[in-house]
Amino acid sequence: MKVVVVGGGLAGLMAVIKLCEHDVDVDLISYVPVKRSHSVCAQGGINGAVNTKGEGDSPWNHFDDTLLGGDYLANQPPVLGMCEAAPGIIYLMDRMGVTFTRTGEGLLDFRRFGGTLVHRTAFCGSTTGQQLLYGLDEQVRRWEVEGKVKKYEEWDFLSAVIDEEGVCRGCVAQDMKTMEIRAFPADAVVMCTGGIGMIYGKSTNSYINTGSPASSIYQQGAYYANPEMIQVHPTCIPSEDKHRLISEGVRGDGGRVWTYKDGKPWYFLEEWYPAYGNLVSRDVASRGIYKVCRDLKLGIDGQDFVYLDVTHLEPEWIEKRQHGVLEIYRKFAGEEPTKVPMKIFPAMHYTMGGLWVDYDQMTNIPGLFAAGECEYQYHGANRLGANSLLSCFYGGIVAGDKVPEYGMKLKKDYRNISSKVFETEVAKQKTKMEKIYRLNGSENPYRLKAELNEYMSNNVTVVRYTEKLKETDKKILELMQRYQKIGVCDAGGWSNRTAIFIRHLWNMFEFSRAIVHGALLRKESRGAHYMPEYPDRDDENWLKTTKAKWTPDEPQFSLEDIDTSLIKPRVRRYDVRKDEVIKEEAEKEKVATLRKEEAVVG
Amino acid sequence: MKEVLLKIKRQDNPQTKPYWEEFKVPLTPKMNVISCLLEIQKNPVNVKGQQTTPIVWDCNCLEEVCGACTMIINGIARQACAALVENLTQPIVLQPLTKFPLVRDLMVDRIKMFENLKKIRAWVPIDGTYYLGPGPKVSQSVQEKVYPISTCMTCGCCMEACPYVNNKSNYMGPTAMAQVYLFNSHPTGAMEKEKRLDAITGDGGIADCGKALNCERVCPKEIPLVSIIGELNRQTTFRSFSRWLFK
Repeated sequence: MKVVVVGGGLAGLMAVIKLCEHDVDVDLISYVPVKRSHSVCAQGGINGAVNTKGEGDSPWNHFDDTLLGGDYLANQPPVLGMCEAAPGIIYLMDRMGVTFTRTGEGLLDFRRFGGTLVHRTAFCGSTTGQQLLYGLDEQVRRWEVEGKVKKYEEWDFLSAVIDEEGVCRGCVAQDMKTMEIRAFPADAVVMCTGGIGMIYGKSTNSYINTGSPASSIYQQGAYYANPEMIQVHPTCIPSEDKHRLISEGVRGDGGRVWTYKDGKPWYFLEEWYPAYGNLVSRDVASRGIYKVCRDLKLGIDGQDFVYLDVTHLEPEWIEKRQHGVLEIYRKFAGEEPTKVPMKIFPAMHYTMGGLWVDYDQMTNIPGLFAAGECEYQYHGANRLGANSLLSCFYGGIVAGDKVPEYGMKLKKDYRNISSKVFETEVAKQKTKMEKIYRLNGSENPYRLKAELNEYMSNNVTVVRYTEKLKETDKKILELMQRYQKIGVCDAGGWSNRTAIFIRHLWNMFEFSRAIVHGALLRKESRGAHYMPEYPDRDDENWLKTTKAKWTPDEPQFSLEDIDTSLIKPRVRRYDVRKDEVIKEEAEKEKVATLRKEEAVVG
Repeated sequence: MKEVLLKIKRQDNPQTKPYWEEFKVPLTPKMNVISCLLEIQKNPVNVKGQQTTPIVWDCNCLEEVCGACTMIINGIARQACAALVENLTQPIVLQPLTKFPLVRDLMVDRIKMFENLKKIRAWVPIDGTYYLGPGPKVSQSVQEKVYPISTCMTCGCCMEACPYVNNKSNYMGPTAMAQVYLFNSHPTGAMEKEKRLDAITGDGGIADCGKALNCERVCPKEIPLVSIIGELNRQTTFRSFSRWLFK
């Protein structure tokens, strides 16, 4: 069996290793050398209920926190699978030699993270994503030496090859040096292409995260689920080129968020949410900071900033645990964070939504799988910190195990597919590219992107108003018109990055529309999706996945029920401990039943 | 409005001749070299007012953990994302790394460093990814010693600064040596310690290091490359000696 994996971040590399262990031959296509994938940016850690601190933590408790954090928008069975697999995944990475921070006994250390009350996050200083990625990169290199994997680095995914039966038989990609476009025939394709931060411009994402490959297959008929669920991370350093992340782990290690009120420090998160304090879930923390800066006008010096403070912590201790993050702040903000509180503000960070997949990680196109941030399955309406790395591993593992099962059932080997199927798709992509090379108008593609970024960042992040969303959709349509008048400003037939960017730009427009339309459709507030016009969660009508289907005019949506068979959705509160909420709700229910019985008796 | 002057070495492809082009971009607070290049993309016009092509360069994470945006900035190999304009003298001179094949403008092909990682078996030889329980216990003091080495992002700064990495030599460079040390420090990795030491004995290996000590000075992750190479030197010598002795 032969499989193409697209993307060499955590999910992609994990899938590759599993596939190799199943004796599958893999072509690994990556936009960048895999060791430079965006997974390196993850800082704080990876969750797993290993319970080394004697807190009585368990995978079920992790599962419960994850569902609550996601405001119950995730189908429950796969989330439980992920939480149950988590301790084993952390042990696996430990065996690979990942340099996890240790306890005095030489065991893995765990820190606290948002949306939970226990120490559940394994970490390597504050560069956990980098360390985990390198761990997998090394194992993939070993398989490369064995001859099971062939890497195509600096190749750009263009489209899936879908035959007349609607089955995916490989993909088409472009060599970003020679600009050659060719087909990669295979029995299945696994998309592990990450997030879409560049749609928002300044986000915590890498410069490469345009979402172009996922958008391409969305335009080929793959469903895009919960596109409106965009995570805005509460603590980032705003800058000109990107908003750099300050890990949630800093608060996990004791960092406090505050601003001045009446001339005195005001720890607003601790005041509003006494149970979770600074470690409320990210959507709640970001809304809190917005409220302080925008509604109460209490940002530092009247600006969009609040403090994230570690100055009360022992400098040597926090340096050891957060060196990477503190160095980023020193370099890019030019101040000493152990002496002066860090100035932070929320920034776009993650997409909970993504390609719709079934429990085997397969999209609605047979043979086309997806794992990692580019799919929607594990985080519902808001992701808990340190669950993203976990979902990358778990999605990669499930895909790596399920793809061979799919392959066993295939009637036709990829080598028996008519070459015409591949030639047609290659020709289509070549024509598309030729059209881009010939663009000779006056619009600059990078400026069009900047305009898209402005609208998306202002209108489709923490607070969403119907009018503003409509305005944004109108703007995107205008940009799509102006796209036709782009001047490519580079006619080079060698490493033409501008032409490649122009292709991505169109795909960004298409995805942006799905995000905006999803937000317009969901008339409630849930997790990261907050609409002041509909301030409450509405389980009766909206405990549903929104599934976008691409059409030439606009995204068409259908709704899908959520599988809540394992835990009944509760009210989402971070001001009190969840055991108290459970007790309260149980008592309420008891009273209600009693009343009902009384009524019957009466 | 204050402006930033940049002088950039450009080359359309590996076959053509390089040339210099100058640009002016508006200065913004805390601006870095990447922001300058992004600004040029939006308005690809040089100081002479001529329309030109946007600069081609590598960049991903923009926070000094991926290693992609390494280039020579005012004579020193470093990451463009961490190079703040306010700390640089102008004109800011940008050049591609010289120890790797050029792709275009400031972009080079650093695949040889990844190929070296194959030669030195830079991995822990695990039996498989199925469940086998926790890994070996490691003390926190050992973790603190190896962790900086594992932050090596294969950026190539040490390769650029090392005079012994050049066209005439097969020297794998300081980065590969550090990885040998890293994997030999791990309890499971150490099971292939001899294989790795053998891989850096002979052509392209540790003996090619002439101890210029430049590598450690330019390493953005402050990896103690000099002492690592010293220690490996001792180990390879001992290994060669014992092989000869017990032949």
